[in-house]
Amino acid sequence: MGKTLSEKILSEKSGTDARAGDIVIAQVNLAFVQDTTGPLTIRQFKEVKHGRLADPQRTAVFLDHAIPSPNRQLSNDHQFLRQFAEETGCLIFEGGSGICHQLVAEMFANSWDIIVGADSHTVTAGGLGAFATGMGSSDIAVVFALGKTWFRVPESFKISINGRFKKWVGAKDLILHLIGVLGADGATYKALEFDGETVSNMTIPERLTVANMAVEAGAKVGIFPGDAITRKYLAAQGRGDKYRKLRPDADAEYERAMIIDASELEPMVAMPHTVDNVTTVSMVADTKIDQVFIGTCTNGRLEDLAIAAAILKNKKRHPSVRLIVAPASQQVLIQAMRIGYIQVLVAAGAVILPPGCAACLGVHQGVLGDGEACLSTANRNFKGRMGNPEASIYLVSPATAAASALTGEITDPRQVT
Amino acid sequence: MMADKILKGKAFKFGDNISTDHIIAGKYASLRSNLPELAKHVMEDADANFVKKVKSGDFIVAGKNFGLGSSREHAALVIKMAGVSAILAESVARIFFRNAINQGLPVLICDTSKIKAGDKLQINLTKGVVTDKTSGAELTFGKIPEVMLDILNEGGLIPYIDKHGSFEI
Repeated sequence: MGKTLSEKILSEKSGTDARAGDIVIAQVNLAFVQDTTGPLTIRQFKEVKHGRLADPQRTAVFLDHAIPSPNRQLSNDHQFLRQFAEETGCLIFEGGSGICHQLVAEMFANSWDIIVGADSHTVTAGGLGAFATGMGSSDIAVVFALGKTWFRVPESFKISINGRFKKWVGAKDLILHLIGVLGADGATYKALEFDGETVSNMTIPERLTVANMAVEAGAKVGIFPGDAITRKYLAAQGRGDKYRKLRPDADAEYERAMIIDASELEPMVAMPHTVDNVTTVSMVADTKIDQVFIGTCTNGRLEDLAIAAAILKNKKRHPSVRLIVAPASQQVLIQAMRIGYIQVLVAAGAVILPPGCAACLGVHQGVLGDGEACLSTANRNFKGRMGNPEASIYLVSPATAAASALTGEITDPRQVT
Repeated sequence: MMADKILKGKAFKFGDNISTDHIIAGKYASLRSNLPELAKHVMEDADANFVKKVKSGDFIVAGKNFGLGSSREHAALVIKMAGVSAILAESVARIFFRNAINQGLPVLICDTSKIKAGDKLQINLTKGVVTDKTSGAELTFGKIPEVMLDILNEGGLIPYIDKHGSFEI
């Protein structure tokens, strides 16, 4: 019997014949923390007997969730993290470098890697064919010390995607649709493995968007094959030599198989307050909104800003809507400035925030007021997520977000272009 | 022979999809290095008075997909700090499940629809049985994977690694 992508990677990294349901101990290529999970991880790491990093070059600290620091307590946490990096020689990425998941994609993740991070959206690196998953602080502390951890080999769902997206419909609409079908716990403990003709034409940024939200259906990983598109991306990021083809075996066993026709998809929206509360944009068109947020590890990449700039070019945001844009990394920001997207967005009335998580988690830079509605390109709309349980969050694609910024209401991008 | 491990307390009932933001909101990120202060906000966006009402030994009894969302282990940690001795749920999100066990906090999967808010529960961890002393109902809970049981029995992952040096599977 053949193997799924997850079984292949976990077999190689554990040195066993790993099959769904097995418990294996596997070597980890990269373990990381960010500034809101890092301090607890490091305190726990220091409790582990003989606590020394297994490999400082495979250990990373990202300052991205609350940068520049909004208050003294978080500034002290940042100090603590910088001090840890100095003491141990691990990698550290200062505030403004970008969101951890974007930097992992730009600099580290390869097909066949195992990547673990103290952040649930670590699954993002699955877009590059890595077995990547989020864990808590204790688990990451132990990986810091041992360079390995235990995994239950997940059963896989094969998600085959065929057909061409309609104009202004894309990866975000696809993954929102899938989460709506699966439900917020529909893939708990499972691997979502993507394949099909649409996938073989999807860019890496699109794959990262899809993989990023696998966890919103409960999945352990959302994983793509490593193919010619992966190789091209890695080469452009200066590590073409790291490319290794990754394909599932033709006779691999899947717990469930689903087929999605991309050509039938419409612009989608996840309504408050759960990510699986999904409907089409046209069903809720005209819902009034107060803030539009374009950015995050889901949709803060160059291609996302390109879409927003195309829709907002020579236009102005609606006067009743605040428009906030946060590029996912310094590289994205520099490229977006060079091409001129940032100039277009600023002229349209956008506030540009530094590369980082920004308004996504409710600590600063766009906290919502009572009764307000925010249209966000992020991945989570839980009650209270953006700092106020009395506010509502709608999750959409960058195209829908930009179109809605023009009208002040939830708007199908095809209505304004 | 070791005596059965018994937990006793009152049920605090919650619905489906209680997220890590309900348990401890992201806006309190600045309190994460001050755990006693952070713990004052546990479950705040699901039940604002939870922290005043809960007593040492009590249980969180929830529906489907408890703990979905963030990887913040603080969520499991503040529940434990509030005195909760176990979580009962119909299902639990993956990262939260590992985090709770890593903090030495049992998570028991059972049909929680039969338990009402305020019911007095007795849980036999060794035998895998929940007895609802108020209604008289008896429920069995699913087996925890062996590796997690070993970690739980050592009081959490850090004590487990301290004792064994590595994973023993």
